[in-house]
Amino acid sequence: MTLKRYVATRLATMFGVLMITLLITIALVGSNMDTILKQGIVFQVRSEITENPAIAESFSSVQGFENFIQSQINQRIKVLGLDEPWYSPQRIGLTMYKILLLDFGHATFLTSDSGSSDVKDIIFEKLPRTILLFTTATIIISVIGIFLGALSGSKVGSIIDRITSSFAIISSSFPVWWIGMLMIFLFAFVYQIFPARATPDIPSSDPGYIWALLYHMALPLITIVMIGFGSWAYLVRNFMVGIMQEDFIMAKKTIGINQKKIIYIHALKNAAPPIVTILALSLSGSLGGAIITEAVFDWPGMGRLYFEAITVMDLPVIIGATYILTVFFLVSILIADLLYGYFDPRVRTG
Amino acid sequence: MSSVTPQEIKQEFLKSKIGIAGITILAILVLTSIVAIITIPVETFQEWNNPGNWISYPKVAIPVWVNLFMAEKIPEHRILETPSIQTNSRGGISLVSHQFGMNFDYDDFPNDFIYEFTSEYSGSPLLQMSVIRPDGIKLELLSTSLPFSDSKIIHSERIFSTDGAIRKNLSLQSEIFGFNIHRLSAEDVVFSKIQTNEPLKGDYIFLIDLYGVNSENQIPESKLIIGGKAFGVMGTDELRRDLAIGLLWGTPLALFIGLVVAIASVIMGLFYGVYAGFKGKKTDEAMMRFNDVIYALPALPFLIILSVTISNSIFLMVGFLMIFGWVGIAKVARSMSLQIKTRGYVDAATMMGQKNSKIILKHILPQLLPYAFASIAISVPAAITTEAGLSFLGLGDPSFPTWGQILHDANTFGAAARGLWWWIMPPGVMIAVTGLAFVFIGNALDAIVNPKLKR
Repeated sequence: MTLKRYVATRLATMFGVLMITLLITIALVGSNMDTILKQGIVFQVRSEITENPAIAESFSSVQGFENFIQSQINQRIKVLGLDEPWYSPQRIGLTMYKILLLDFGHATFLTSDSGSSDVKDIIFEKLPRTILLFTTATIIISVIGIFLGALSGSKVGSIIDRITSSFAIISSSFPVWWIGMLMIFLFAFVYQIFPARATPDIPSSDPGYIWALLYHMALPLITIVMIGFGSWAYLVRNFMVGIMQEDFIMAKKTIGINQKKIIYIHALKNAAPPIVTILALSLSGSLGGAIITEAVFDWPGMGRLYFEAITVMDLPVIIGATYILTVFFLVSILIADLLYGYFDPRVRTG
Repeated sequence: MSSVTPQEIKQEFLKSKIGIAGITILAILVLTSIVAIITIPVETFQEWNNPGNWISYPKVAIPVWVNLFMAEKIPEHRILETPSIQTNSRGGISLVSHQFGMNFDYDDFPNDFIYEFTSEYSGSPLLQMSVIRPDGIKLELLSTSLPFSDSKIIHSERIFSTDGAIRKNLSLQSEIFGFNIHRLSAEDVVFSKIQTNEPLKGDYIFLIDLYGVNSENQIPESKLIIGGKAFGVMGTDELRRDLAIGLLWGTPLALFIGLVVAIASVIMGLFYGVYAGFKGKKTDEAMMRFNDVIYALPALPFLIILSVTISNSIFLMVGFLMIFGWVGIAKVARSMSLQIKTRGYVDAATMMGQKNSKIILKHILPQLLPYAFASIAISVPAAITTEAGLSFLGLGDPSFPTWGQILHDANTFGAAARGLWWWIMPPGVMIAVTGLAFVFIGNALDAIVNPKLKR
């Protein structure tokens, strides 16, 4: 299989997954969405009629008036295509087409900070903040993790190795959000160093907003890094242990090449493919994990938006956020796959 | 990989320290679950979300053992349910007398006191409440008649220390005290020294007397609650629930969720992967594409949508977690079975005309068992933390309170902001310890299955 074909199959799979995800999401929330939309129409029609008393006066009987309202409602439902069930091919096709073009419609309850209820506006306002927090965290984690892992992988059984390994094992079984609660308890209330809520309390138009945001980011960032770097270091360590036993490293050792040079240049280079793959995957994985972490720290990003949308059942936002999260997830899987194929040609030939 | 016999695994495992530690923690957790199931009736546990069930407990009370480390003892919440009962009838008047004795040895006043009773009477008996303090002074608290009734009725009532009549009675006896008691609440007066308004330590006796002309008067249920700020081994939460019960019951639930999800997903993944690898060609390709699709689904958003739209029942949740659990294992199982397939004995078996199912079950799967056990142990913590995470978001099954739900409530009531550490710490520690037990076991097994890492 050539590289081109490899990329093409990957792309096709990813697109397929995206469509399936969308279909499942729509299937899960579709019937609820219809009910909510229809209720919205009923409300709209009734309020329009009450605003205009002339209409009500023109009817002599209550029965006739009610019939008129009902026919108005039915007419609108038909115009919007809601008379067909959500699973009819046209409607699903239309919905998916719209979503593909990032047209998610208007949110039922939630608005962006600037007051827009367009789901696209809301999402693109929150997305950069999530990327800011979690990308920064992932980069810090991976840098610490790679160095610590390389160090302990080259000195198996040393104190550093033991501390790293046990820290990795222990930290992996703590939920990040629980540590987050403890951190808030400790550093926002017992010692008042950081703010408890990660949402800055000044408006986003203020010039000091960026600094406020960074200051509010500190506590979640520290928490995520603290919990994350251990397992990274452990993974890198395990790769390194494997590579340090390879013949070519042994040979380099016997020639008398500097130990540091062996670890950081020759060994780490060979451990690169899996590490890069994991980096790409953990970048996207962190976006999914963001939902709970952001809820704890009240960080105004995608995760909290998703959580808020779920609590009030704001379906357009749920669909839009799921779509964006899936796209990010898929793109990073794709990048991981391609990088792996680039670094390790065996994969391409399958 | 493979060619490790069960005996060897057992031997190696017993040598590994963290493996033993993991097994020990797991044994303790299993024991805790058994204790929870035996000692705490299922009814109490199902009443977890019913506020009425917890009414006689204190709000956000600190665990009792904290007093061991405190110079100033925090008053404990006391529920006195077994009074010494005396009945008398003299000259046509019957007297039912209930006495509650309690030792008060704290450096702060109680929050309040509540007398809760159900009495059976006819006519209109007189209920008197008084307290004999450690210094011998008897304070009259209340003297009231129960609602009149011609025939025999059952009457339930709660008398609170905030009752206006109690306050009035106390102010009538204000000359006993050397300070102005008019603006103090009843419990601050009853439990106070005479000269200064400080708590008086010693034995108190609360007397409840029911006088009536009918000798059949009874108080079948009689309970005196001295409201304190410390309660139980684990304290209570904002909704007055005893956290010890929630934490204890959380153990079997967490083990159930973790083990069922891990075992089921490993079995599913194993069969799926082995079959794909063994069949090879088109079947393999198709099965692995499907695997890719599931692998690429973002798990947490989907779990959230599923639990919101379909159901948040704990059993369905277990099923949802399985959907996302088997994928990684299937990948590894496939690559392993691809290797095993090429071995001579598999070829031999095929040539002898053995059925595919038999080859898979007899020759391939047993080789993967050590790996399977290691993956079960490693998957458990993930299942537990994911469920806890969902519960933490408020999407858990309300009829089965888990540790995640306790933390959800803690977060809702701002426990971190209010410094209620006993509400936040224990559930998280339990989640972590349970996860740790399985991570330990998994790591020990992993080191045996992949000897390369051990060095």
